[in-house]
Amino acid sequence: MEGHKDVLYGLYNDEDVLMDAITKAQKDHLDIHDVFTPFPVHGLDEVMGLSESRLHIAGFVYGALGTLTAFLFMSWVFTRDWPIIFGGKPYWSVPAFIPITFELTVLFSCVGMVITYYTVCGMGPGADNPTLDDRITDDKFCLAFNVSNSSKDEIESLKGFLTESGAEETNIKTI
Amino acid sequence: MSHHPIISPLRHTLITGDKTYHDITEDICAPSEKVPSTAWVIAFILSVTVLGFGVFCILWTIWMGIGTWNLNRTIGWGWDITNFVWWIGIGHAGTLISAILLLFRQKWRTGVNRAAEAMTIFAVMCAGLFPLIHMGRLWLGFFIFPYPNTRGPLWVNFNSPLLWDVFAISTYFTVSLLFWYTGLVPDLATLRDRSKGLRRKIYSFVAFGWTGSAKHWQRFESLSLILAGIATPLVLSVHTIVSFDFATSVIPGWHTTIFPPYFVAGAIFSGFAMVLTLMIITRKVLKLEDYITLQHIESMNKVIVLTATMVGVAYLTELFISWYSQYPYEQFAFYNRATGIYFWSYVGMMGCNVLVPQIFWVEKYRRNITLTFFMSIFINIGMWFERFVIIVTTLARDFLPSSWSYYVPTWVEIGIYVGTFGLFFTLYLIFTRVAPVVAIAEVKSILKTSGSQYTGLSKRKAIDYKEAAAEADHAHAHDDHGHH
Repeated sequence: MEGHKDVLYGLYNDEDVLMDAITKAQKDHLDIHDVFTPFPVHGLDEVMGLSESRLHIAGFVYGALGTLTAFLFMSWVFTRDWPIIFGGKPYWSVPAFIPITFELTVLFSCVGMVITYYTVCGMGPGADNPTLDDRITDDKFCLAFNVSNSSKDEIESLKGFLTESGAEETNIKTI
Repeated sequence: MSHHPIISPLRHTLITGDKTYHDITEDICAPSEKVPSTAWVIAFILSVTVLGFGVFCILWTIWMGIGTWNLNRTIGWGWDITNFVWWIGIGHAGTLISAILLLFRQKWRTGVNRAAEAMTIFAVMCAGLFPLIHMGRLWLGFFIFPYPNTRGPLWVNFNSPLLWDVFAISTYFTVSLLFWYTGLVPDLATLRDRSKGLRRKIYSFVAFGWTGSAKHWQRFESLSLILAGIATPLVLSVHTIVSFDFATSVIPGWHTTIFPPYFVAGAIFSGFAMVLTLMIITRKVLKLEDYITLQHIESMNKVIVLTATMVGVAYLTELFISWYSQYPYEQFAFYNRATGIYFWSYVGMMGCNVLVPQIFWVEKYRRNITLTFFMSIFINIGMWFERFVIIVTTLARDFLPSSWSYYVPTWVEIGIYVGTFGLFFTLYLIFTRVAPVVAIAEVKSILKTSGSQYTGLSKRKAIDYKEAAAEADHAHAHDDHGHH
């Protein structure tokens, strides 16, 4: 695999300790590679300064696409392609199109968003993304630095930072 | 800088037993990492046998034709559509718990949402079988989709509620499945990281390469919230559209505008009953009492008593409106339901759905597990009767007394219904073996607000990790330690 990275990471026992460590790292202008947690930690994205996810915009676009697909298709079928009178109603009986239009809006939005989510996260059936430690999905909170281009001294100082900020364990792994 | 964890007796305890994050992982992963118990094996064999009989009855129907059922001149829908509506109603609880309760920020959903969503998916599968089979010629089932064909193309009737049903149910199934699986991925990664060898390979494949990265969690939460936002109107629309199957017809007793809210309330009601039936067994057998607590059961019982009362009001409104309408056919339809040949199903419906659940106004009964279990069975039966009353009782007495008849199911119809239980429990039992039945990550995320050591329920003091970290640190790190 191309682009092997050496990652120095510290494992914390608690999310509050981790959050303080991240704040400290930001203050010291340390370049955080990533943070891994066993569950979504409230406020973590703000502390890390992550920009808001734009998935909802994608969801809206997919939904709108579903609305148009359903409504325009049914309109075309019943006014142009094969007009049939049902129950004495007009060909273009808009209220009767609402249920299917709604369902396709939801379907397109949901399926589109889920596919987008997995694509942008680099995930999917059988995807084999490297993980740093098996306990990250259990009870460890991980703060990771990319040290591929760091000198020994820099690595030592980062290690010192991790230990001082409350990490129980530090390690280097090539992923 | 450091402070004690906030302990508040005001919050409800949703995780008992003073769990740590690691305890949660261990407890919830345990059932899928052990050799199945004898009880599981027996239950599984039984379920598969029942499923086998159901498959036989379905094949019998397809081979011999729909004449193997006792449907007749006026009773075009019998057990088939009764069962369909019953199962689809049950399939509403999962999305309600995971979507609507997520929007309402109800923390107790985390203990039951995973299993409830799984139940939803399996119930929708059971439900979907009936419309397919009742078409008679199953091999022409693809006619329900609007695909370009050589007959014109002749399109499906987009103005028909039966076609809306096709779209509603297939959308609901797809969305529920995606919602459920997306939530499952981080927990499958937990199972992956605890396993070795072939097991690890399999869980790696299904865990989609989850790493737990902060950005992924952020997107995960964003996705969950939006999915919940669109699944909420979806779940309401599905049973609304199912009720349109009846309400848009001109049959007295069906042609009523109250149907959508009445059906949705009934769906939530029966769905919660089925969730309770399953959860009470699951928590006991899989030893998950610390995660699916009395608090959860009580919360669900509150929803039960609310929705029971809502369907009760709907039943009485129907009676009142039929009298108030001064329309003899409408009046007869309801008089016939209560006093006609099928009066027993009306009694079952009123008794099980409206009267008996009223005891849940009393807190003592809401927190009684045995009582809740039997109540959930009652409600499941009562809600089946409700659909039977609406469908069969109405059709057996149509406009012409000369065509009035009586309908009893054949062994084939009963066999297919029983077979869907086999399908449902087979899938549920497999689910309890291969995936965590409680959402591990979500339960961890509420530990610090709802764990027993944080709500003052436990006598043991919560571990203050911040303090521990500070003490372990060198003396120079925290000089301002003395203020508490």
